[in-house]
Amino acid sequence: MIPHNAVITEVIQQTPTITTLKTDIKLEALPGQFVMVWVRGLDEVPMALSHPDSITVQRVGEATVALSGMRVGDSIGIRGPFGNGFQLKGTRIMLIAGGVGGAPLLPLALLAHAKRLDVTTIIGARTGNELLFEQPFSQSGSVSVATDDGSKGYHGFVTGLMDRFDLESFDQFYVCGPELMMKNVLNMLQVKGIEMRSQLSLHRYFKCGIGVCGACTIDPSGQRVCKDGPVFQADMLIYSELGKYHRDATGKKIVY
Amino acid sequence: MTRTDLFTELTGLALENPTILAAGVLGTTGSSLRRMADSGAGAVVTKSIGIEPNPGHRNPTMFKLECGFLNAMGLPNPSYKEFRNELGIAKESGVPVIASVFGAHPDEFSQIIAGLDGADAYELNVSCPHAGRYGTAVGTDPVLVEEITRAAKHAASVPVWVKLTPNVTDIVGIGEAAQKGGADAVVAINTLRGMAIDIHSGYPILGNRFGGLSGPAIHPVAVKCVYDLYQVLEIPVIGVGGIANYQDAVEMMMAGARAVQIGSAVHDSITVFNEVTAGLAQYLEDKSMVLDDIIGLAHRKVGL
Repeated sequence: MIPHNAVITEVIQQTPTITTLKTDIKLEALPGQFVMVWVRGLDEVPMALSHPDSITVQRVGEATVALSGMRVGDSIGIRGPFGNGFQLKGTRIMLIAGGVGGAPLLPLALLAHAKRLDVTTIIGARTGNELLFEQPFSQSGSVSVATDDGSKGYHGFVTGLMDRFDLESFDQFYVCGPELMMKNVLNMLQVKGIEMRSQLSLHRYFKCGIGVCGACTIDPSGQRVCKDGPVFQADMLIYSELGKYHRDATGKKIVY
Repeated sequence: MTRTDLFTELTGLALENPTILAAGVLGTTGSSLRRMADSGAGAVVTKSIGIEPNPGHRNPTMFKLECGFLNAMGLPNPSYKEFRNELGIAKESGVPVIASVFGAHPDEFSQIIAGLDGADAYELNVSCPHAGRYGTAVGTDPVLVEEITRAAKHAASVPVWVKLTPNVTDIVGIGEAAQKGGADAVVAINTLRGMAIDIHSGYPILGNRFGGLSGPAIHPVAVKCVYDLYQVLEIPVIGVGGIANYQDAVEMMMAGARAVQIGSAVHDSITVFNEVTAGLAQYLEDKSMVLDDIIGLAHRKVGL
């Protein structure tokens, strides 16, 4: 599909670095699916849908800086939704969101709550004012927060906070955040022998976004993050490049 | 009939079946190429590899249209030095691995081929329609195509295929130049130049402004090019362009293709190679034919 024209109807500053753009387009998507967002004349980047009509953007590069500076009435191109999305399983679930990784998890929390699942959310950020969606997540269940600098909630990483829970009592873990955080969460679940209960949303450099070009394939399975993912179960990730390296636009490996 | 009846000898390479992963599709990493071999491709062609690392064009680099796909990837690749390791991983699959290479002049092709040893064959990309001084910029000049092919043959100890662009007045003349330069086969066709414009804003959609059209829309164009090349060339023609099912493959072979390449169709089905292969085997069984019976059949029907 060619990009839909999406006009921005509301701009919400979530944290000092994270902005939500509401648009006049509502997409029917599964939680965890993504869209390709085209900043005309500049670039096109993958973005999680934080709501059927919204994307939530962290300023990290040229395109996201441009998106973060958009105003009501500005427009962007949107292709999607693409990818597989999360699958709800069981009755008691834990969501683990690091930084802007909360964006694809929020619609999952809302859906799980609507289906009367018991939802526990753990949100991590570098510092207190970078915690994303603390209030909206709390509408779906209990929320605990961790900050690297201890300015709010648990002082340390999300894995330290997770340790305070009876993890065996959860049917499924949904994880999205910085790659090393996700790798640490996976390692922790593996130590407890419950890693197969996890679904993780990966981030890779995307070109086509539709499963043809191969820029986002991961080793050693050759799975395409944009089409076979972005959500993978633990079996695809345990002996993978996760947490070891990713690839740049040329295809060269960049070690973490 | 069993799968072995699809065995295809192609420029000295042994293919379990005549379907080949096309260049530029799921060929960035060794493990991705291995996955496509595991899913039934008789051979795989890598992403086009050059001398220096290249990030390619800005996004959007590819999108789907009603009739096919437009892309302008811009030959992203990590350089032949970086890609050597990926080639080794791809070769673990056991199927022939063909390295697609691109350069601006004959010496660059020679340098890459010498530095990227271990491929079972090389496919010269003289046909990418949106890559500045590469690709079509060299592939529309029969003198340059002949020189590049000769240089590549000199550098390579394995077969050399030349992938042709349809963005010329007469593709057969370019095919003849490749044959004269010593090519072991030609591959036809690369994408057709195309463009799409966002009517909401007036911006060209592709980051590179224009690119190449692939998919179902170009299939009849590819069939005609293969038909014409088969009529004149003595070397095998490998058909590529909009093949998504066994019927498309049979048609391409009847036009004269000894084998077919499949690219964009992985979008709809990652298992397309197994589907085409199974369909082809069944077709031949139903018709009590073998592959050689259908290759070039259209020519024999109307008289060569």
